[in-house]
Amino acid sequence: MLKGLVVIDRERCKGCGLCIESCPFGVLGFSGEYNSSGYNVATMVQPEKCTGCAICAQGCPDVAIEVYRLQPQGAKEAA
Amino acid sequence: MSQLSTQIPEGYVKVFSRPRSLSDAKYTYCPGCHHGIIGRLIAEAIDELGIQERAVGVAPVGCAVFLFRFYNVDFVQAAHGRACAVATGLKRASPNLIVFTYQGDGDLAAIGTAETVHAANRGENFTVIFVNNQIYGMTGGEMAPTTLPGQRTVTCPEGRDVKLTGHPLKVSEMLAQLDGPVYITRQAVYDARHIQMAKKAILKAFRNQAEGKGFSLVEIVADCPTNFQMSPVEANRWVVEKALQYFPLGDLKVKED
Ligand SMILES: Cc1ncc(C[n+]2csc(CCOP(=O)(O)OP(=O)(O)O)c2C)c(N)n1
Repeated sequence: MLKGLVVIDRERCKGCGLCIESCPFGVLGFSGEYNSSGYNVATMVQPEKCTGCAICAQGCPDVAIEVYRLQPQGAKEAA
Repeated sequence: MSQLSTQIPEGYVKVFSRPRSLSDAKYTYCPGCHHGIIGRLIAEAIDELGIQERAVGVAPVGCAVFLFRFYNVDFVQAAHGRACAVATGLKRASPNLIVFTYQGDGDLAAIGTAETVHAANRGENFTVIFVNNQIYGMTGGEMAPTTLPGQRTVTCPEGRDVKLTGHPLKVSEMLAQLDGPVYITRQAVYDARHIQMAKKAILKAFRNQAEGKGFSLVEIVADCPTNFQMSPVEANRWVVEKALQYFPLGDLKVKED
């Protein structure tokens, strides 16, 4: 099973919800916390389900999402 | 972003991050706007082709008017609709540059129709990214030449009446009839699969220019949640269910050598 992790830049997030809608595993949700622009920022609500597929990041209009994947021992960084 | 990265547990590697050609400036677009995705795809294409140093963008008038702030790439700001004329001058004077315009439908298909058609017809060797969101976004949601029949906007609150204001202008179909262009395609960015396809099209349009082939235009059928008065999720659905019926996706012209 792939294990992933996303980091959402709170100040870039505009709370549009497209990442939440697009995640195939229901990993993301609204945090209920507001950034300095007043947007309800997205966050991982079920982090254990994240596979690091990056579908959320592909569709994030504000390029606010970084995606990480747990690599098997010895594998090289892909980015 | 570095301070964010420090929270990453050991063993995790980065598989997706902001492209180098995007600056740290925050986008000025509304929540859910497709302009942001398209902007990122262009930056990724510039990174992948290694052309950051010789790329020059021509920014439009419209919501993307601040485009130059969002990139670590040189930019020129054109008068409304005149991006293709400015790009013609840039590319002819400095053929080594990789020149692209980024234009909305109000900019490219209304006030700038003549410049666009003639640049395409002359087969100018630059790349056009055409964002068709079927509305004038920046000025508050007026009817555009690309507004769908029956679509409500602030200047046609009862819906576009084709008897009064004509039919949506099919720019890509029109330009594909000309002998000048080498590549005319229509793409969308409402889901990850289509975003990848749009990225491929943008890469091809830039490669065509680098190889000296001539005029390429990538139209992207986009949304405008604010002026459609929809949530970003509903606006995505609008693109699929309404806009793509009138503006079907696919390559309209691919001239192989
Ligand atoms: C010469 C001139 N005429 C009109 C305007 C007003 N104006 C600003 S943006 C715009 C249209 C924007 O629509 P579009 O190109 O579709 O871009 P969007 O904002 O939707 O991204 C218009 C008519 C202007 N700035 N300059």
